Amino acid sequence: MSGRSRILRWAIPLAVVPVLVLLAYGFRTDPRDIPSPLLGRPASPFKLTAFDGKPVALESLRGQVVVVNFWASWCYPACYEEAPTLERAWKAYKDRGLVMVGVNYQDKDEPARRFLTQFGHTFPNAPDPGSRVSVDFGVYGVPETYFIDKKGRVRFKQVGPVSDEMLKSQIERLLAEAA
Amino acid sequence: MRGLIALAVLAVLLGAAPPALAAGPAGTKSPVSEDTVHEVASQLRCVVCQSLSVADSPSETAHQMKDIIRERLTAGESPEQVRAYFVEKYGTWILLSPPRQGFNLLVWIVPFVGLGLGLVLVLIVVRRWSRRPAAPAAPPLDPAMRARIRREMAEREP
Repeated sequence: MSGRSRILRWAIPLAVVPVLVLLAYGFRTDPRDIPSPLLGRPASPFKLTAFDGKPVALESLRGQVVVVNFWASWCYPACYEEAPTLERAWKAYKDRGLVMVGVNYQDKDEPARRFLTQFGHTFPNAPDPGSRVSVDFGVYGVPETYFIDKKGRVRFKQVGPVSDEMLKSQIERLLAEAA
Repeated sequence: MRGLIALAVLAVLLGAAPPALAAGPAGTKSPVSEDTVHEVASQLRCVVCQSLSVADSPSETAHQMKDIIRERLTAGESPEQVRAYFVEKYGTWILLSPPRQGFNLLVWIVPFVGLGLGLVLVLIVVRRWSRRPAAPAAPPLDPAMRARIRREMAEREP
């Protein structure tokens, strides 16, 4: 067998290798895990009217650590799982300078209010008409939670439900920073 | 046959044309035309469906995104600025066709390079096949064998 045809015989199986490597890499990455370009950048200011009629404005919260949670009553089970966790963190840290805001994403008024009553949320929650605020925050879906530092910058984004430990570590880290 | 090849070549060329060619020119100024809204929407990925453009998706999110596009265009932003707004919030992921710069340039170049290399390869292989000589000539028979074949043929024929 000539050297040339020996090379050809190996060339075809070897050509498969880069394709396999590419596929192996592609199938291991999560297509939904897209890094937010907003991390480290100032959060977009917003003004919303909470379900109880009170105004909620991000600008007036400068100097405080803000947790903005996007949720919906139709987002089952993730939003239902994390709801008590959020309320717990709010109760634990509200006297230490934490502000928590819930933004209701693409929901109807009645089921949204029922959700709030069901979990007895005491932090402000507001509907987002036309998803203006959600798009400003680059929300893909619910639940998503954004952590804003005292300088008003988005420091962390959680896609999917939050846990007690995760909330605790992020909030304490940001509370410890200088204003 | 020739017509068939021409058709195939045409199909390949049309399929390979960059999507930018399909997008029409920007609509006229003054009140925002639905064409402009549609043009911007067709370049943006619907964030909940991922594989559809904002223009093509019937989802509520896509509707609201289209409203935002219309609102921003009405406020006097250029289609370029509206696109930039979405890129600022969602990253270049939001663009259905990757920007033609940096690493992303590969996506635009590699298919054409691959097509070219493939054509060259096919050309080389076809030329080699057509140049390969016919089966080698049979070695000359020795006289004894020739005589035997004659004899046996004669025996079989009545």
